[in-house]
Amino acid sequence: MKKFDVLVIGGGPAGMAAAIAADAKGASVLLVERDVRLGGILNQCIHAGFGLHYFGEELTGPEYADRFEKRLAKTGVKVMLGAMALSLGGDGEVLLLSPEEGAVHVKAGATVLAMGCRERTAGAIALAGTRPAGIYTAGMAQKMCNIEGYLVGKRIVILGSGDIGLIMARRMTLEGAHVERVIELMPYSGGLKRNIVQCLEDFGIPIDYSHTVTRVVGKPRMEGLYYAPVDENRRPVLSEEKFIPCDCLLLSVGLIPENDILNGSGVKLSRVTSGAEVDENRMTSLPGVFSCGNVLHVHDLVDNVSHEAEIAGSAAAEYALHGAPPTNGELHAVTPGKGVRYALPQVIHGGSGSVEVFFRTDNVYKNCKVVAECAGRTLYSKKRMIVAPGEMEKIALKKEDLDGDVTVRLEI
Amino acid sequence: MKTICINCPMGCPLDITEEEGKVVVRGYTCKRGLEYGVSEYTSPVRTVTTLMRTSDGGVVPVKTSRPVPKGRMFDVLERIRSLTAPADADIGFVAESDVLGLGSDIVVTGRPAPHPAK
Amino acid sequence: MIVIGGGIVGCAVLDRLARRNVSVLMLEGGDDVAVGASRANSGIVHAGYDCEPGTLKARFNVRGNAMIWQLAEELGVPALKCGSLVAAPVGGEEGIALLKRKADLNGVRAEVLSREQALEIEPMLADGVQSALYAPDAGVVSPYQLAIALADRAVLNGAEIVTDAPVVSLKKEGGLFVAGTPQGEFAAKLVVNCAGARASEVNALVGAETFETEFRKGEYYVLDHTERERVSTVIFPLPTAAGKGILVAPTADGNVIYGPTSSPAEEDDTSVTAEGLEEIRRNVPLTYSSPAYNKCIRVYCGVRTIVGHDFIVRPSERVEGLIVTAGICSPGLTSAPAIAEYVEELAGRYLPLANKADAVIRPPRTPRLAELSEEELNALVKKDKRWGRIVCRCEKVTEAEIVAAVHSPLPARTVDAVKRRVRVGMGRCQGGFCSTRVMEIISEELGIPMREIRKGAGHSEIALLAVKEADYEEV
Repeated sequence: MKKFDVLVIGGGPAGMAAAIAADAKGASVLLVERDVRLGGILNQCIHAGFGLHYFGEELTGPEYADRFEKRLAKTGVKVMLGAMALSLGGDGEVLLLSPEEGAVHVKAGATVLAMGCRERTAGAIALAGTRPAGIYTAGMAQKMCNIEGYLVGKRIVILGSGDIGLIMARRMTLEGAHVERVIELMPYSGGLKRNIVQCLEDFGIPIDYSHTVTRVVGKPRMEGLYYAPVDENRRPVLSEEKFIPCDCLLLSVGLIPENDILNGSGVKLSRVTSGAEVDENRMTSLPGVFSCGNVLHVHDLVDNVSHEAEIAGSAAAEYALHGAPPTNGELHAVTPGKGVRYALPQVIHGGSGSVEVFFRTDNVYKNCKVVAECAGRTLYSKKRMIVAPGEMEKIALKKEDLDGDVTVRLEI
Repeated sequence: MKTICINCPMGCPLDITEEEGKVVVRGYTCKRGLEYGVSEYTSPVRTVTTLMRTSDGGVVPVKTSRPVPKGRMFDVLERIRSLTAPADADIGFVAESDVLGLGSDIVVTGRPAPHPAK
Repeated sequence: MIVIGGGIVGCAVLDRLARRNVSVLMLEGGDDVAVGASRANSGIVHAGYDCEPGTLKARFNVRGNAMIWQLAEELGVPALKCGSLVAAPVGGEEGIALLKRKADLNGVRAEVLSREQALEIEPMLADGVQSALYAPDAGVVSPYQLAIALADRAVLNGAEIVTDAPVVSLKKEGGLFVAGTPQGEFAAKLVVNCAGARASEVNALVGAETFETEFRKGEYYVLDHTERERVSTVIFPLPTAAGKGILVAPTADGNVIYGPTSSPAEEDDTSVTAEGLEEIRRNVPLTYSSPAYNKCIRVYCGVRTIVGHDFIVRPSERVEGLIVTAGICSPGLTSAPAIAEYVEELAGRYLPLANKADAVIRPPRTPRLAELSEEELNALVKKDKRWGRIVCRCEKVTEAEIVAAVHSPLPARTVDAVKRRVRVGMGRCQGGFCSTRVMEIISEELGIPMREIRKGAGHSEIALLAVKEADYEEV
């Protein structure tokens, strides 16, 4: 049995920031990472666009990770690589497996979950057709390309226009593949405008909104696919089905927090985010267990991940060293209202100080108003020219103003 | 030319033309859109990120230290194809200075993944 | 002797013959055994109550059910005797009674249950279910793992397996069969045709009798492990002329499946259709109250080969020394051990068969992580660090297990072959995180370059081009 004040599970951007923050509060910290190096998915995100908010300059993924790795090296945080957390008990005890030490039990004063997310797959969207070589998630293709140095296709179609899909359209093009088109189920892209321009438009790659892939053909290698426009219920209009010859379909159809370890732990999960429900310190319903980064909810920018992880890491250290923070005993739920898909944290303790509430909208809305209300009073109200599901919004509230549950909604 | 503004999620559709020797941008909503339209028309630039072969047969990620003219991206890529980085090149290693005379260096941005020990 | 075809029947036959004093060879057209119908079916061990009494199906099902549990235990293949329920709506009492009569005639244990009794066994039955037939001897087994384990044991006992070797010619010359394949020609005194979908075609090659063959595809949803706790038994609807209907069942590996459909298809059409999935979604709620399509991790399709109403297992009427198995659709998996037993008896009529003295019955087996105590695990990690490195995070598969699969008696040379042996990539991320590492391990262990590592059969390479070596013009 190993004992630490704080155990951080996951050595990507969230885990590194949480560990550094916990160390800064004077806690003894163990950081475990299942890969052979720190950095997580940033290692394969070799494109630029990270760090504008956090570092005030534009970095690539590996550079962003390296900044945190260097900071981490200056702390007392103990890092275990190649180690995977297998289970989390109701008492907070974690079982790890590592090539160096075998099965290891760790009991920490607080545990921070920072395991990131995984991609939705062809299976998750019940993609029809054959199962040939050539169908991959965009992230797997990214790893094969940027880490291993191989292209998984020569003529490529991308389903889904989330940022990873758009980034991969450019990556594959720059490395010599031909990206035929991007197909997006929704009438808009979930990706950044910059990526639409610089990943598609720059290379003349067409994007079909309100379309979907209806089936894949070819065996044992992919030979092409059929796609069609969708009606207002997002069902394909098969009479307008078209064929594209291609040897590869990349999927960028959503990310899901990877909370496998919480099965049976009793931690309350949100049905919307698939992450834990947390308070303003990012503590879950299991006291002493915190969650941050993409395992909590899928973020738009890594800069936001780092900030959130610092909140969780600091709070975890405080909890381990000094117990639960003082509150006035009140607990206010934060619930999404009209136009809002989810808001986080899901609960805020009464007391004093400022709290940032992050939320995502359920559609693209122009010229709307973001409103936060508590017991019939308006806490926040501000006009926005545009809000979109792909971009996380945030508002600041004062705990002193709260005397009941909070609703975040849009006036459309 | 037609493009969309990348400054915010509005994504204003821009129509940019040259009229009587002056760049005219239509479709923008705010000042940032106007400025973006003019620069995209007159001198669009992009940061190129790609991979470079290493001397031991692996790959490392590289970038241009500054954005290069959009129209020269594939020339830069072609140049990078002919270059090799040392196997132990660290982040920040300059693999080529002033690539193609464009005023931008080719800089290593990451390290190869270590192989898991047996 | 030559066994043509490495499905569950071919593997079961090979396993039995390998333990006798004859030399046996298997010719398989795919990259691995169990890549046809044996890979993509329901994995059900049927009790045998619905087969027409007196048929080969009834005989082999009942005998196979009696054999298969021990076989799975010997080979360390996941299997679970969880029982089955035929869940009938109002007005279905007669259908249930008919099944009960067949069960009695076939000598199968079965019990007619009221809704309340059935709910005690299966709390998630649909509201419309009024009565049920419970068969305690039914269950599930991993069909491809059973076939692979049989093939592995056969190899340990001296059998030879040649993959990527579809039989394209078959002649009988001077008392010897000669089978031609892309891997060369192979000769034998006796041939067992276990070619599944191609059985009639293989028979035709040698001038033996052919059969009208019909193919029907069956599509499925596979659900995440999180759904497993909702389903206790195999839940069938009342059978119809078209078959046993769309079921809800646990898998031996702890998932849940919904399916199969049953629609006419071409021999190798394993494509999933939107209509098929729709049909499943229409039918599941008739027996099961808690479908969770949002927990789907994969959809798949298998093709059944149907030759008339019964199995064909007999010596060829025209060609001496050819033993034919054909039309082994449901309950083929359950029946396979019994079919193999009978094939061995038939083979004994041509060749004297005596037991090998030192045949392996319980082959050494690589344990799964979940089966190990902490002490056992730590002892393994101490000897080999790869036991401490999880490659497949969803299914918790270590590098050591993958290396063992790559070097198993029938080596796993493709990503899918590794997957079928140790479940790497079968979880909710479907290999998104681990496939590249699996490719590296195959590449390193077998000395195959990364660009030649295949997903499965044929030209299914994954790494098509190396970056910076690709010709822009080439693409």
